[in-house]
Amino acid sequence: MSIRHGLLALLERGQMYGYQLRAAFEESTGSTWPLNIGQVYTTLSRLERDGLVRPLPEHEGGQRPYEITDAGRADLALWFATPISRTDRPRDELAIKLALALTTPGVDVRAVVQTQRSATMRALQELTRLKYASDKPEDLPWRLVLDAMVFQAEAEIRWLDHCETSLVRYRPAPSRPPAPDAGAVDRTDQEVRR
Amino acid sequence: MSEAGAVLELRDVYRTHGAGEAAVHALRGVSLTVRPGELVAVMGPSGSGKSTLLSLAGGLDRPTTGEVLVEGAALGRLDRRELARLRRRRVGYVFQDLNLLGSLTAAENVALPLELDGRGVRQARRLALAALAEVDLTGLGDRFPDQMSGGQQQRVAIARALVDERRLVLADEPTGALDSQAGEAVLHLLRRRVDAGAAGVLVTHEARHAGWADRVVFLRDGVLVDSTAPLVGVEQLLTGSGR
Repeated sequence: MSIRHGLLALLERGQMYGYQLRAAFEESTGSTWPLNIGQVYTTLSRLERDGLVRPLPEHEGGQRPYEITDAGRADLALWFATPISRTDRPRDELAIKLALALTTPGVDVRAVVQTQRSATMRALQELTRLKYASDKPEDLPWRLVLDAMVFQAEAEIRWLDHCETSLVRYRPAPSRPPAPDAGAVDRTDQEVRR
Repeated sequence: MSEAGAVLELRDVYRTHGAGEAAVHALRGVSLTVRPGELVAVMGPSGSGKSTLLSLAGGLDRPTTGEVLVEGAALGRLDRRELARLRRRRVGYVFQDLNLLGSLTAAENVALPLELDGRGVRQARRLALAALAEVDLTGLGDRFPDQMSGGQQQRVAIARALVDERRLVLADEPTGALDSQAGEAVLHLLRRRVDAGAAGVLVTHEARHAGWADRVVFLRDGVLVDSTAPLVGVEQLLTGSGR
């Protein structure tokens, strides 16, 4: 997954500067994906180069917040609308995508779940077709490989079903705007000390 | 008119149990077409309307509004006797609990619906043995259910559903409590009959089983919310696995 889309999703909540983005990113991903501040700034400068975010004037403390542009919003919407290919998943992008979808304003999380489930179901159908066509005894090693992929796809679909059930019961907490105030600086300090 | 060639057609089907505030809407505006050679899986959580859909498709229940057609015949316009005949001759059911009669042999269990339909005993047995051969139970026709494994019993139940010329096969969680290998064998048989020209509907909550279908539809609270059609691109999937 792209850190790019992670940061864009966070900026869709409101303007933030580097340390805030890092803390929010780790919070969103349950600290399963630690980021260093260098990665955040490198990504921000690429996003700025591509016109997806824009820097705002520096605060007194020397922190420069960023905000998402319309082009950035369009790019983020496209990411949420596109299912992840099973061929290209270096990290569990899907889990992170859902976690972010839940906290990003204006994203239809159920639609994200449904789009992914359809795509994974299609993959499962293709794998089953291949298995059905490989029924000779000498095909067994190949069938076992296919089975591994079948069970992975099945697990993903079960997990998506589970997410959907949880979403039905989900009531979002009142949003906290990530204003660049003293509280946010405190949190960043804690993050640094950790 | 029914859609050309469709074996099963549900047209804007609603099924409501009860009335007023206590009304339960099991299906709400479901339309579905299944053609020969097509296996459609119906997925959804408990209470989403999967089994109701299957009961309506097999003429075991009637829609509140909307129409169900089997091979072009609108079930709502058949009288009780015509409907029973269509169910006996054209529709095969496979249920989670097998409903095999313990006092009858495998072949007798399979032949029973044919005999009820007025076929001669000898013809019914011949067809039953052919159906048992189709599910790889050649030579086991004279065993009683309790002399067979769970997987074999399930295959007898499938033979009963496939016997003769049943063009519509309806399966409700047909792999029941079977282990994954035996369960897969059951799906393999369903697939084979559908490939030979029948139409099949498979109700399941397991994605791995739905993977055997040509099309997967999802039911949510009585509404058909999505369906998948096969896509190509498996080569990409496989390249991905080699990393």
